[in-house]
Amino acid sequence: MNNSSREISEQRSEIKDAVRHGSGIYFKAFLGLFLRDLRVLTREFLPFVLRVGMQPLLFLFVFTFILPRMASGNPMAAAGGADFGTILLPGLMAVAIMFSGIAAVALPLSSEFGITREIDDRVMCPLPLWAVALEKVCFSAMQSILAALLVIPMAYYVPAVPVQAHISSWILLALVLVLASLLAGSLGLVIGSTVNPKQIGLVFSIIVVPITFLGCVYYPWAYLGKIRWLQVGVLVNPIVYMSEGLRAAVTPGIAHMPWWAILAALVFFTAALGRWGLKGFLGRVLS
Amino acid sequence: MIVEIEALTKIYESKLRVVALDGIDLELKQGEIFGLLGPNGAGKTTTISIATTRTLPTSGTVRIAGIDVVQHPAHARRLIGVVPQFNTLDRSLTVYENLYYHCRYFGFSHGHAKARSLELLEQFLLSERKDVYPAQLSGGLGQRVQIARAIAHRPTVLFLDEPSAGLDPQSRMAMWKAVEGLRKEGITVLLTTHYMEEADQLSDRVAIIDYGRVLALGSPEKLKQTFGALTIFDLKLRTHEGLEPVIAALKQREDVSAVEATADGLRVRAASSDGLLPEIVQAAAPFGLRDLAITEPSLETVFIQMTGRDLRE
Repeated sequence: MNNSSREISEQRSEIKDAVRHGSGIYFKAFLGLFLRDLRVLTREFLPFVLRVGMQPLLFLFVFTFILPRMASGNPMAAAGGADFGTILLPGLMAVAIMFSGIAAVALPLSSEFGITREIDDRVMCPLPLWAVALEKVCFSAMQSILAALLVIPMAYYVPAVPVQAHISSWILLALVLVLASLLAGSLGLVIGSTVNPKQIGLVFSIIVVPITFLGCVYYPWAYLGKIRWLQVGVLVNPIVYMSEGLRAAVTPGIAHMPWWAILAALVFFTAALGRWGLKGFLGRVLS
Repeated sequence: MIVEIEALTKIYESKLRVVALDGIDLELKQGEIFGLLGPNGAGKTTTISIATTRTLPTSGTVRIAGIDVVQHPAHARRLIGVVPQFNTLDRSLTVYENLYYHCRYFGFSHGHAKARSLELLEQFLLSERKDVYPAQLSGGLGQRVQIARAIAHRPTVLFLDEPSAGLDPQSRMAMWKAVEGLRKEGITVLLTTHYMEEADQLSDRVAIIDYGRVLALGSPEKLKQTFGALTIFDLKLRTHEGLEPVIAALKQREDVSAVEATADGLRVRAASSDGLLPEIVQAAAPFGLRDLAITEPSLETVFIQMTGRDLRE
């Protein structure tokens, strides 16, 4: 009895300490969650690489390797032009970021919120709930960055005509990569916490696919000038700023939006989606 | 008092206004095993959800070791362990990893987390299943891992929500043993159940709740005494003809509170069984007594008397 009451008083003083300097305990809990996700990812590393790599690989193979070789009678290849690979590279990086962000947050969350309620143990760790959600977004951002970097060697070796990549500013590249990845994670959080698990497949067809195709992935935003209504319309699509941001950083030779507008939009969309996603997350774990 | 629940209410305002908790007051002493007994929908799970920071109360407070769970949820979580009603083990991790990463969430270093996990695997006889995934475990084993996980960070209070729901009798016994074992570690346990045997067997004190209110509170023995639980004699007879005089004669006895004819024979309810048994047997003998079942006073009989409802309804 003495022993246990001493333990309690120890624990109480520990908690008082935590109230005063809570960051240490929070940091350790956050780290614990991150390590857990890392363990799960390393176990499924090959499936992860295949998942994020297959689409850009096939895209590059078909549009920059096969089509240029049948150039004589093929209108699509002609439309793409010789530097289509250069246009595609940043776009495919954006797609890789977005897909891995959604796959890393939305899919696991929707099953963890589902029948198994696996999220409960992580929600019960000594961390404010917003930090549990933040960990999800940060971990997915790390995956997104890996996925984006994976596209670069592909773009180097696959296309028939070499890609004209030229990184003008490493700082801009780092900023865009990080912001775009956080944005993708936040979007994943929104989808994972607001969509019914049964309809997660539907969300891919009616939200993810359209915002990708209309996300200036396969064409620079400036080229949309001839279809003015579309050029203005796509400005509400966060993917546009991901592709344009990477375009500005990786292939500055292609027309792109000004860097400050891109960064401002990325910050805005990350904050807005993050807030929405957090609200949904709290709604799911706290009644 | 290690757990203080004061005037706790929870009202769900939707199309239908549901009062889940209607002013619950409870206090748990350090080291006791406390049972929350009530039928489904009585408010047991809501009480646990609020105390474990997963539901916000409409009004009232819950303090764990003096920490308000609504004001400081992240800190309160360090003091509590939870075994939820359903299996919430991390399906992507092995049994060992479930324990290891749980320890990491609570700030253990790699070495400590590893040592603690191995220790728990041994304590709960799970060492052989260390590298198995939760999906491959039976219900009973899964529940054991959940209890091990819940106490891994050495909480002060452990909450068990319907711990034996869906368990076969053997696993239930093993689970009871595990909970009994926690007594040695000085952990305070709050468990909800709608099995009387469970509350009776495990708890030092029991609160019977229904419609979000505490109806009765005390040790199982005290509840049975205070609320005059009855012993029930069920007799199976070969013939039923001419029973009326027997019924009338038994009713004359002071300690007998009810006698009724049933499809098989007779049911006698009495306050005590001293001296009554031979008399019942003698009276029933001419009617071809072929079986006699005696139900001792139980929390179930207390509950039925207090609410007029069966716990399993």
